[in-house]
Amino acid sequence: MRQLPAWGAAALVAALTLGTLLAVALRAEVGRGLSPGDWAAIRFTVLQAVASAVLSVALAVPVARALARRSFRGRGLLVMALGAPFILPVIVAVLGLLAVFGRGGLVNAGLAQIGVAPVSIYGAGGVVLAHVFFNLPLAVRLLLQGWLAIPAERFRLAAQLNAPVWRLLEVPMLARTVPGALLVVFLICLTSFAVALTLGGGPRATTVELAIWQAVRFDFDLGRAALLACVQFALCAVAALVAWRVTPVDGFGSGLDRVVARWDQRPADWLWLAGVALFLSLPLGMVLWRGVPGLLAMPGDIWVAAGWSLGVATGSTVLCLTLALTLALRGGWMASVLGVLPLAASALVMGTGLFVMLRPFANPTALALPVALVVNAVTALPFALRVLTPAVADIRASYGQMAALLGLRGAALLRVVILPRLRRPLGFAAGLTAALSIGDLGVIALFASDTVETLPLAMSRLMGAYRMDAAAGAGVLLLALAMGAFWICDRGGRMDADV
Amino acid sequence: MLTFDGVVLTQGTFRLQADLTVAPGITAVIGPSGGGKSTLLAAIAGFLTPVTGRILWQGDDMAGRDPGARPVVMLFQDHNLFPHLTVAQNVGLALAPRLRLSAGQGAQVATALRDVGLAGMGDRKPGALSGGQQGRAALARVLLSDRGIVLLDEAFAALGPALRSEMLVLVRDRLAASGRTVLVVTHDPADAVQFADHVVLVADGVAHPPQPTAALFADPPPALRAYLGA
Repeated sequence: MRQLPAWGAAALVAALTLGTLLAVALRAEVGRGLSPGDWAAIRFTVLQAVASAVLSVALAVPVARALARRSFRGRGLLVMALGAPFILPVIVAVLGLLAVFGRGGLVNAGLAQIGVAPVSIYGAGGVVLAHVFFNLPLAVRLLLQGWLAIPAERFRLAAQLNAPVWRLLEVPMLARTVPGALLVVFLICLTSFAVALTLGGGPRATTVELAIWQAVRFDFDLGRAALLACVQFALCAVAALVAWRVTPVDGFGSGLDRVVARWDQRPADWLWLAGVALFLSLPLGMVLWRGVPGLLAMPGDIWVAAGWSLGVATGSTVLCLTLALTLALRGGWMASVLGVLPLAASALVMGTGLFVMLRPFANPTALALPVALVVNAVTALPFALRVLTPAVADIRASYGQMAALLGLRGAALLRVVILPRLRRPLGFAAGLTAALSIGDLGVIALFASDTVETLPLAMSRLMGAYRMDAAAGAGVLLLALAMGAFWICDRGGRMDADV
Repeated sequence: MLTFDGVVLTQGTFRLQADLTVAPGITAVIGPSGGGKSTLLAAIAGFLTPVTGRILWQGDDMAGRDPGARPVVMLFQDHNLFPHLTVAQNVGLALAPRLRLSAGQGAQVATALRDVGLAGMGDRKPGALSGGQQGRAALARVLLSDRGIVLLDEAFAALGPALRSEMLVLVRDRLAASGRTVLVVTHDPADAVQFADHVVLVADGVAHPPQPTAALFADPPPALRAYLGA
């Protein structure tokens, strides 16, 4: 009986991941094979993911090293800001990058001053640029963990012996951490949809996910979409399994604001730190600069879209946390397997599967919001589980025996001990889920109709119509909602929590 | 009477034999670390099932009973209080694990807190108490429960010598005096000499039957001599 909720949650997650996969597999027109365009999409997906991973991690090495060996005012803030892109709505970042690197952006204005021909952000270059924007901070945090895992005494010993720190300590550490960081970034970029949708496209910059979307939305070719979804799942499943096994690290780690005393600092450190701070803050600054004045002049349907986004995010958060908590309490293989499955099944694959499954019974576009709610919840599940599972295990280790002696079990154990002790991780997980859901531009684009839209979708439509000032206003609102939702949930978990 | 009847406990490759009877009053459990003291207590509390043999309380076999259904209260080295509950709630768990206390039970909690010198502190959280006060709060919960066996697994090890003595005085005057069977795991032979009526020596895979404290320390057997280094 007590296992029942966990099995229910597992069945739901399995249905949405493996079930949708089965649906696309059955619907896929395998006999037709992959067209040259499909092969181009597969090739581009893999190549841009490789390029994004290599660039992000290569740039992250000097930045992480500078952060590891420098202590300065605002270092904690910078480290914290490096965690922000995880919950930053993709479409907002893209708008910011357009303002800096786009046709009328700062960079091209500067180039025009010195008489150089303008560069275009659209295409493969822009896709990789946006991916580096999102994943460079993540890679820095991953590598910084590696740096801080080197005991301070070794640096002292190396300094005392006048030994080369880089060769003696840092290269061996990087040899251990870089492969994991590369894989994580590679995996994230494999499933990139919103970036490809806004900056890519065309025969030379279409990812598999974008090709799925085009097959559904423009060609109404579900057989081809399903076939591509199978390809995407295979790509992700392989990468996800490898990444989840290879990487003991994750980007949520705390304690990154620690500083280790070092004797081998170089002035170039400041250059790297200033560079990365500028690269990350300038696009967001531009969104605020352009968006705030237009905030009140936005069309009314933007506010309606914001309302839908909040509704979907609230539902997603409740569903995701319910699933995550149920599975975390059960623990064991179920939590680990279901913690990986949604990573392999991307939102677009799940969406295509649901589209195929729902179409005989209902008009899929009428179900856009409920589908987005469920898919967002499942997409965020691995992250919520990663936060909650160790926390539940900690509580059991610390208080399990006492609770057993007091005869606390079942619902009483949950109410008296586990939920109050879980407040902080629950708040954090809720914040992540809500922010991810508010900023999501994935499955909603697949199901969307003209009548109901979420805020990211409305924003992308404004951008598509080149109404950049209105889009910037919507971007500010979206940014405020996503960050605000995270802050409120996280704060709610911390407030008056007794450690 | 708490009786170990031909009990064998194993944890991995570790093996502990126990064939003994513990009388009411304070019994100290001493021995080298890793010798099996906590294993012995875990078996009484029901966290570990004997491979063979029976553990009897007042003649009844306790096998198959959940920890919460045994006549056992236990304090550990730490995590004896829930930090998110008030002191009164923590103590009240002894009477109502679901934390729905009646007015009468509330009065009982207040009395128990007064008995350990924490009158009026019921509304505080454990974080606002000193280490000694936290120990007292945990003891107040033990006082309130009517269970016959009290296990203290190095419960006061984190406290200084003076505070530890103070706690053991409370245990002696409040718990042992009311006829409960108290087993105290301790690292300090002085605690045993000062407070325990009997001593169980756990060493070399065997929990030896309790001996009167004074007699045991007057003429220590080889295993105890090795442990004491005397």
